[in-house]
Amino acid sequence: MSNLNKFREETKKWLDENCPPSMRSGADPSIPVDEVWGGRKASYKNPESKLWLERMGTKGWTMPTVSKEYGGGGLSKDEVKILNEEMFFIGAKQPLLSFGIWMLAPVLLEYGTETQKKEHIPKIIKGEIRWCQGYSEPGSGSDLASLATKAEDVGDSFMVNGQKVWTSYADKADWIFALVRTGPKEPKHDGISFLLIDMETKGVSTKPITLISGKSPFCETFFDNVEVPKSNLIGELNAGWTIAKKLLQHERAFISNFGLAAGMGSKRDIVSIAKKHLGEDAGRIGNSFFRSEIASHKIKEHAFGLTLKRAGDEGSKASATASMFKLYGTEHNKKRHELMVAASGVDGIAWDGDEFDKEDKDLTRAWLRTKGNSLEGGSSEVQLNVISKRVLGLPTQ
Amino acid sequence: MKLTLNEEEQFLKDTAKNFAQERCPVTHFRSLRDSNDPQLWDKVVWDEMSKLGWPGILIPEEYGGSNFGISGISVILQECAKTLTPSPLFATGVIGAYSIANFGNESQKKEYLPKIVSGEMTTAFAIDESSHHNPADTEMTAEFRKDSVILNGKKIFVVDGASADLLIVLARTSGNKGETSGLTLFFVNSNSSGVEKIKLDMADSRNYANIVFSDVEINKEDILGDIETGGETSENILDIARIALSAEMLGNSEAAFETTLDYLKQRKQFGVLIGSFQALQHRAAQMFCELELTKSSVMAAMRAADENSNELQRLSSLAKTVAGETLHLVSNEAVQMHGGIGVTDEYDIGFFLKRGRVAEQIYGGIKFHTERYANLSGF
Repeated sequence: MSNLNKFREETKKWLDENCPPSMRSGADPSIPVDEVWGGRKASYKNPESKLWLERMGTKGWTMPTVSKEYGGGGLSKDEVKILNEEMFFIGAKQPLLSFGIWMLAPVLLEYGTETQKKEHIPKIIKGEIRWCQGYSEPGSGSDLASLATKAEDVGDSFMVNGQKVWTSYADKADWIFALVRTGPKEPKHDGISFLLIDMETKGVSTKPITLISGKSPFCETFFDNVEVPKSNLIGELNAGWTIAKKLLQHERAFISNFGLAAGMGSKRDIVSIAKKHLGEDAGRIGNSFFRSEIASHKIKEHAFGLTLKRAGDEGSKASATASMFKLYGTEHNKKRHELMVAASGVDGIAWDGDEFDKEDKDLTRAWLRTKGNSLEGGSSEVQLNVISKRVLGLPTQ
Repeated sequence: MKLTLNEEEQFLKDTAKNFAQERCPVTHFRSLRDSNDPQLWDKVVWDEMSKLGWPGILIPEEYGGSNFGISGISVILQECAKTLTPSPLFATGVIGAYSIANFGNESQKKEYLPKIVSGEMTTAFAIDESSHHNPADTEMTAEFRKDSVILNGKKIFVVDGASADLLIVLARTSGNKGETSGLTLFFVNSNSSGVEKIKLDMADSRNYANIVFSDVEINKEDILGDIETGGETSENILDIARIALSAEMLGNSEAAFETTLDYLKQRKQFGVLIGSFQALQHRAAQMFCELELTKSSVMAAMRAADENSNELQRLSSLAKTVAGETLHLVSNEAVQMHGGIGVTDEYDIGFFLKRGRVAEQIYGGIKFHTERYANLSGF
């Protein structure tokens, strides 16, 4: 216990000295806040965002449980809990958002060679390299294993040709982790490999996709005779599907957490939106039909939040129930946005112009963006299939 | 607040599971239903439960109990609910034991608690007066005389009211219908003169009664807690009861779901197992998720009760709402997925539907608790 107390004291002191003022809650609202994703192309409106990332990255505290030999924090579970608590107490901002942290690093740790881990994980932790995910293709959405982007053996390297779609922030990323077909004659699940590709390699190009929200977080990514060293293959040749599935579990857990965190944050509160647009009656939402629907929804989100907590307490990490978290996290997020839009009336469908508040127009965009939540990372229907088969053991026809 | 069971609780749960599955399978409930026994629970089974120490779980050791807490008794009720085991454990072991242990005075505790522990005395909580649960609507009167109190009024839908020895009754000592102040809780011996018990036949074939009080005279000392604090006290007792009942409803849902899942893996139509149809698979997966949310809600509420958290009221309403909605969904789907046999009396699955709807009504239905949750959340 005394060791943990000592760690808490040291952590508190370090955070006090190293977490810049604008990276804490209660900071001057006029200072711009960056969404920090790191990488070679990163730019910062606020220099303290960069400083905070560098300091946390050097400590390895962007991935505190990873061992120090890979640049991680080397902390025990109890120590991570203390770190999170101390960061929470001062309202410290997360220094880095990263697909590398959420998706790639966990599978690299499990399936990568020593050389691969030492090459890539430290750069993920420091936010030096920004990763994107090359999974879906125009012809392979829910049926991901039918993917056709091919990687042919040409001696020391693979020659990659094909197209990926829905690659988040591909235009801003430095590297891509991609599923490629290396065994065209094998059954579809047994001919896939997991390959790391530098986006600066000749023949890689990207094109943003404009969504119904008007934003372009996704791209199409094209591979035209792209030469990739064989040392970039993760795991065995044609054994990529296992890695792909494992990574999807990490992704699903992340998406559901993210959706929930977004909903519980102070940014958009359904109750205050409802009170703003529908009025108040002795502290209650002014319209009883909306109030009742909002209450039912809040109860469901509360129960889901408790379920995430229970899973944490049980210590079950990326398991088959990741599908449940993905399903509920995203469906609840969609439902909450539908309710906020409905409660806002005409203001909730505002698109542009000076007649509307910025927060109302932002809500419209955010609502449209949520429609993708239950598609990306495996649709809700795919999650239901996974639960039916892997959790409940229901038969296939 | 850790949302996992500790070793003691897991042990109680395992013991209860074995007891329910071996001693009281659903055939036990069915035979009670088909008997002419107005009590609708079995004294022999209750004595065995008492020997296992279950009625004393909420009672301090000095009165013979084990003080294992709300979580301890809730997991037992959850397991017993899987086989629809009827017993006074809820009305006596939860409500009676908790009320007296927490709000009784020393002489009341000495008199009643050992009798609850041994199983020789059962209790019932007489609270509702209309078809929708709302304690503030209490109209039953308690009038103070020189050395006694005179009770007049009618209580309805009293759980175990047809057989309980001791009644805990909420009555108005001042104020008007609709007010939560002016209420007081009283102990009434169910054999007192002027007490008329009218046994009710409810869909779930369990023990309920309407109870009419006509000039019932009781001692001035037979007050539970302080005068005019009955509104607040009964609300706390009700929250504990709702949490335990939610655990029971979770057990009902789990059993109905497991039975249905087994059926999907056995029943063939069109030459294939019906569990291979996606139309059924997705609905089964949805039920699985709702059950997971219910487990977490019940667990959090149990913990809040044991830790006396300031979230107790909100989590109690959360648990009762979520458990109610899940049982509603699962029992309906269970009947539908069983097809024709699902609507026959011969098959057990319909029992879960009937029990589910009655349990949903006890101490506030889904709408009642959804609104209470909103009130407590400040919107």
